[in-house]
Amino acid sequence: MTDIAATPRRDAALTALLRHARYVIAENPVTGFAFALFVLIVLAAILGPDIVPYNPLASDTAQALKPPSAHHWFGTDQLGRDVFSRVIVATRLDFFIAVASVALVFLMGGLAGVAAGFFGGWTDRVVGRIADTIMAFPLFVLAMGIVAALGNTVQNIVLATAIVNFPLYARIARAEANVRREAGFVEAARLSGNSDWRILAFQILPNVFPIMVVQMSLTMGYAILNAAGLSFIGLGVRPPTPEWGIMVAEGAAFMVSGEWWNAFFPGLALMVAVFCFNLLGDGLRDMVDPRRRT
Amino acid sequence: MKRREFLKSMTALTAASAFSASAPAVWSAAKAQSRQETLLIVSESGPNNLDIHGVGTNVPGYEVSWNCYDRLISHEMKTLPNGTPYYDKYKFKPELAEDMAIGDMSVTFKLRKDATFQDGTPVTADDVKWSFDRAVTVGGFPTFQMSAGSLTKPEQFVVVDDHTFRVDFMKKDRLTVPDLAVIVPCVINSKLVKSKATEQDPWGLEFTKLNTVGSGAYKVTNWTAGSQVVLERNENWKGGPLPKIRRIVWRMVPDAGNRRALLERGDADVSYDLPNKDFSELKTDGKLAIVSTPYSNGIQYIGMNVQNPPFNDVRVRHAIAYAIPYQKIMDAVLYGLAKPMFGAPAGAPIEVAWPQPHKFNTDLDKAKQFLAEASVSNINVPISFDLGFAGVNEPIAVLVQESLAQIGVTTTINKVPGANWRTELTKKTMPLFENVFSGWLDYPEYFFYWCYHSGKSIFNTMDYQSPAMDALIDGARSAAATGDKATYDKDVKDFVDLAFTDMPRIPLYQPYVNVAMQKNISGYEYWFHRRLDYRAFAKG
Amino acid sequence: MLTMILKRAAMAIPSLIGVVIVTFLLTRALPGDPAAYFAGPAATPQAIQEVRVKLGLDKPLIEQFGRYVVDLGHGNLGNSLTTGQPVLTELRTRLPASAELTLLGLLVSIVIAVPLGILAATRPNSLIDHACRVVATLGVSLPVFFTGLILVYVFYYLLGWAPAPLGRLDVFFDPPPQVTGFYLIDSLIARQPELFMASLKQLILPALTLGIFSLAPIARMTRASMLAVLSSDFVRTARASGLSSFTVIVTYAFRNAMLPVITTLGMVFSFLLGANVLVEKVFAWPGIGSYAVEALLASDFAPVQGFVLTMAVMYVALNLMIDVLYGLIDPRVRLEA
Repeated sequence: MTDIAATPRRDAALTALLRHARYVIAENPVTGFAFALFVLIVLAAILGPDIVPYNPLASDTAQALKPPSAHHWFGTDQLGRDVFSRVIVATRLDFFIAVASVALVFLMGGLAGVAAGFFGGWTDRVVGRIADTIMAFPLFVLAMGIVAALGNTVQNIVLATAIVNFPLYARIARAEANVRREAGFVEAARLSGNSDWRILAFQILPNVFPIMVVQMSLTMGYAILNAAGLSFIGLGVRPPTPEWGIMVAEGAAFMVSGEWWNAFFPGLALMVAVFCFNLLGDGLRDMVDPRRRT
Repeated sequence: MKRREFLKSMTALTAASAFSASAPAVWSAAKAQSRQETLLIVSESGPNNLDIHGVGTNVPGYEVSWNCYDRLISHEMKTLPNGTPYYDKYKFKPELAEDMAIGDMSVTFKLRKDATFQDGTPVTADDVKWSFDRAVTVGGFPTFQMSAGSLTKPEQFVVVDDHTFRVDFMKKDRLTVPDLAVIVPCVINSKLVKSKATEQDPWGLEFTKLNTVGSGAYKVTNWTAGSQVVLERNENWKGGPLPKIRRIVWRMVPDAGNRRALLERGDADVSYDLPNKDFSELKTDGKLAIVSTPYSNGIQYIGMNVQNPPFNDVRVRHAIAYAIPYQKIMDAVLYGLAKPMFGAPAGAPIEVAWPQPHKFNTDLDKAKQFLAEASVSNINVPISFDLGFAGVNEPIAVLVQESLAQIGVTTTINKVPGANWRTELTKKTMPLFENVFSGWLDYPEYFFYWCYHSGKSIFNTMDYQSPAMDALIDGARSAAATGDKATYDKDVKDFVDLAFTDMPRIPLYQPYVNVAMQKNISGYEYWFHRRLDYRAFAKG
Repeated sequence: MLTMILKRAAMAIPSLIGVVIVTFLLTRALPGDPAAYFAGPAATPQAIQEVRVKLGLDKPLIEQFGRYVVDLGHGNLGNSLTTGQPVLTELRTRLPASAELTLLGLLVSIVIAVPLGILAATRPNSLIDHACRVVATLGVSLPVFFTGLILVYVFYYLLGWAPAPLGRLDVFFDPPPQVTGFYLIDSLIARQPELFMASLKQLILPALTLGIFSLAPIARMTRASMLAVLSSDFVRTARASGLSSFTVIVTYAFRNAMLPVITTLGMVFSFLLGANVLVEKVFAWPGIGSYAVEALLASDFAPVQGFVLTMAVMYVALNLMIDVLYGLIDPRVRLEA
């Protein structure tokens, strides 16, 4: 038997959301632009490796460092690889780094923060101390230290980014949890016999998510920039994997000799992605909390 | 270069405004003049210690030592076909010693009577003995280098009188006298350093780390670690003709692109620390003077651990040797600035020389054939290299990885930070890796002794154990000591042949030392240590 | 006020302890082996072991930590392996270099971002507002080292306007006698105006790089804060009273909007101290950032530990200063505290 009552309510909620979104986008065309860009990036990440003209790993030293042309839209790099293919394929890895970092820090920071805000007492103090200790570090050097100590794999770069952003998420989550501690739905859940952890994970955390989503899109941009900075030092992803940051770091050496395309196109892609995530953050903030609209 | 024109035109206005602090003319004139007298060198990194006997002194530190300290003897220069002065490994030249008499089991030096240290104290044989004792006692690299010429015990160093010094041989070794001309046996102001020594630091290493106290042509007047080194000429230098450059400023500029920009705009005089691509382009541009000289006794190679599978099977090693994309490496990574050590013609005889090329070349079919013969498949190993030299190592690794994938060998790229590289090499567990080795003493048996002889030499990175090879190397060394040319030639040819048959390491190329200089700089000399010798430079 | 400062300082101590412990463990987890490095090339495993014993690295971690803490108490931050100098001396010479650069970068950022933010706030949702947001965000969307390299390429290599990226001073200038370590201040104290100009010229590009990177948060916060203030009652009163637009915005609104901006400045400053690392590498700047990076890559413990500790202490001091400043500017905060 279909639940007739639920469907129209859900439909109504969805339409309301879409209408609100359309309103916000109309108010702020920049946000609309950012959304469109985001969709493009996601498409490139999903379809990338299948639609590129060349194998991003195939070297062809006879064609090294050729400027952009009809054959190679973005030119070729120092080993003769097609820059366009590498830039598009790199979208997947960079998007993965961004999303994974954000997911990890949301879980880590979010759970720790809501636990601190919900339980108070020692939990609050411990989480607060950990957050303060991390914040006292020069953050990029902490990320460098973690990757240097654990090895420069994608997982460690994601972990380092998550750790470095932990205090911020913990703080936001804690504030929100504090507010909702006494809320009606939490009381109801408790009365129905849910353990505290279930309440945290399934009631409070999901409510905190919309507030965090703004910060999360900013962190996505930060994660990609972080990976680029690490690559410049030599602690980035392992070659020959295409990743925007390492392509920019390596390509920068060729600027002075005139092979600008090596660094320009990955740099452009990186900038567009981070730019998109930042603007998205602003747009989401408008959508989620009109009071805080900036 | 508007700024330069401006400066030159301002030179005329100096006298009147000499004491006016605000007029730009006064420092422009001084600046133009002192720029002419100063040589500005830029490199990626600088010394961490000014004394080659110091603990953990890095290679840039050797350059300071070479220019600020004297040795008993040095080398004459010969001229290469391209006009570059190159040190003559067979011809010695007096430096602190004015006479050298080689006996049967000893060599006696008569020291110059007019040489003084930079504080005015005369150089005596006591200083020489103290310095040599120090070199063989402090341990680490200096002691190791002294032992390469069988200089191991302080008893070998004898003060005959104030200006006569004798070195006794423990055994006959052809390399003893050449070893006295390398950087390590430098002569230090022993009285001064002894006054700074302490119980914990009997050799005064802490003092010489920060101060140059030699009798050499230059002295360090300012050292900001990681930033710059400033050297000034020693006006009383007696070891040779007075250098033309009065002041050297050596600045550390970490970014390679910036170093190239500085050279191209004329804001730096010399650099040898650029990517090969830049050197090759600057050469074609013609705005700067580029000198490229092959490393004496040096080879970049792919090494394999021959004790563990899969590379303990010589057929697998041959397969790898056939799968390396040699020419691609020469073109895309080195831009032709290296001497190929591969692809010798099939019938060519082995020479009595080192380095020399082996007969392997890229042939993927032969590679697959050898792998099949060895019945080995699904090889999956990391290929490791020193991150400190990533500029060259990384693209080579990428190309090798791609090529090996085509014969079914999978590799992952493993970048090892520079500080950790030596540890990894000592462990001798890396299955596949890139490395470079070169020796200051340019003799085949010297290279092979360190790289192919069994025993725990760190440079035998492949953990290669072969009694046959050991016998040949030992034979060659004793033949050299006694002057038995026939045995020597035969043993050298045989050990090279064995190296190419067993292929524990695959030589790729002999690197070039590349130096970029402004066109008005002359006097670059190639030395075995491949660093700059400031004493012959001239500007304008 | 004093009790508040002391209380805050006391609260920060556990964080500092945490920082010391974490850094110690992290540096010990680095892959390099200082003993092998020290023992030099061609060292046998026995030689390496001897050096390890000499450096005290064979002792259990607890003991090594204990010794480190004792040294710390005496103000001894150890010696750097790569440069051979005591860490404290090097930090003391290099810290002013980084601080001068960061402060100037912050100044550049404020000079551009604050007017941008005010402009955007006075015309919300207009083209100018969107343009300001785009410009500010663009600056933070590029990796900071890339911005630096592009600036060097365009302004030094192509145009020749900027001086050579050779560090704090051109080759022919000697640094001024050290008073604060800030070349700009010291050269004025020593009455050497050409030295002042020379230092300033070398500072322009790196400060610009840092400034571009920190535009966005400052502009955003200024805009948000101004918007909030501009819609408040007292501003409405001021407007109604007929005061000129300029007076309303600058004299009344901005002063009140400054508070959150100052907090942001503190956050941005500590963020910049971390981003310093990359800029210093590009411009050959002899600051603590490049010092720490080289040490980290060489697995050189002491400088990394010293650097992190210094940064942590500075961060705590900075936050404290901002709280005090807050109290000074906004009496309401003082009363509540």
